Amino acid sequence: MVDLKGIPGTPVFTGEQAQIGYALNKMCFAFNDEAMRRAFVADENAVMDQFHLTPKQRDAIRARNVNALLDAGGNIYYLAKFAGIFGLSVQDIGAQQTGMSLSNFKQHLVEQAQPAKAAQ
Amino acid sequence: MAHIIGGITTSHVPSIGNAIHRGEQQTPYWKPFFDAFKPLHAWLKTAKPDVIVVVYNDHGLNFFLDAMPTFAIGAASTYHNADEGWGIPVVPSFNGHPKLSWHIIEDMVEHEFDVTSCQELKVDHAFTLPMKLLYPDAGEDWPVKVVPVLINSVQHPLPSAARCWKLGQELGHAIRSYPEDTRVLIVATGGLSHQLDGTRAGFINRDFDLMCMEKIVSDPEALTRFTNRELIEQAGSQGVELMTWIAMRAALGSHVHEVSSTYCAPLSNTGGAVMLLEPDLGAVQMAAE
Repeated sequence: MVDLKGIPGTPVFTGEQAQIGYALNKMCFAFNDEAMRRAFVADENAVMDQFHLTPKQRDAIRARNVNALLDAGGNIYYLAKFAGIFGLSVQDIGAQQTGMSLSNFKQHLVEQAQPAKAAQ
Repeated sequence: MAHIIGGITTSHVPSIGNAIHRGEQQTPYWKPFFDAFKPLHAWLKTAKPDVIVVVYNDHGLNFFLDAMPTFAIGAASTYHNADEGWGIPVVPSFNGHPKLSWHIIEDMVEHEFDVTSCQELKVDHAFTLPMKLLYPDAGEDWPVKVVPVLINSVQHPLPSAARCWKLGQELGHAIRSYPEDTRVLIVATGGLSHQLDGTRAGFINRDFDLMCMEKIVSDPEALTRFTNRELIEQAGSQGVELMTWIAMRAALGSHVHEVSSTYCAPLSNTGGAVMLLEPDLGAVQMAAE
């Protein structure tokens, strides 16, 4: 079996995570539907009850904290639909996860995309 | 008989949809990427594909974790796009080609590639944005029929690069054995390096991306030797979308030539890449002689 653990800064969505995160991801999958997004905005506790989120998942949702959501079994593609409720882009999410400001995160992207400078 | 007239690769980042919606194609940020499609538009005018086989990965519009197929093939007469939750506009529906879809499915399963058939399938941005990029003036009527081919990139274990190469080989065989005269273009969407999740979010690897763009033309089997762990390490956790490129390339056959190739990074959080390849039928014939 391919070992996917221990890659620095890189959570990998394995079967183990898929089991831990099932309820959370199912709720986020439901946010494809605008009515469910509205229901969440109106009463997020009721929607979390409906999908039987664990206490850890509820805390991560209330904190709007992507790293905590990943740790609670969230998959980034489904979490993106949760972030969409707040109008957050993948760059906003990236800034939050890395602890950078949005402008620093964007600069980080630009810098990596530059050709490597020749050794002095 | 059907024949494969070319292969296209493109990144499919959702912000392309916003750029199109806002008319930002010629802004400094987006111009290099949208301009990369100009030679493809010229090529499409003369190549005139009848069907586009789109090899891509769903991002949680159609498939949930209740049932996650490793490889799935659309067999619908119509494919609808839908709200993905974060607001890019929904595009007009696509006409499928059920007869070709079922031919591919039957051929692949007969040759021990046990794909999931989908008579209903919502197509997400990874399918719709490349179609918008290829046919920006299509309006309500797309000028081609489509066959979606999906590779799981959501939940590990994902298929290996080597397995996706074999998928593409079999896909190519299946298309070429379709008895009706049909011009088929294969479009692979995704990649190149990017990572959306974790404290390494925002990872881009320019050198790896450029290596892939070279190897996909001249030595694609070199790319099949990466393990999924190595791909995640070198291309980021979503860089595994390279799988779609590998499958497309295998379907084209042994020799291809590059018609067009553009690298635009960063494209949102991604090493953006657009390529057009043509199968080199002359080389294949010479090799056979």
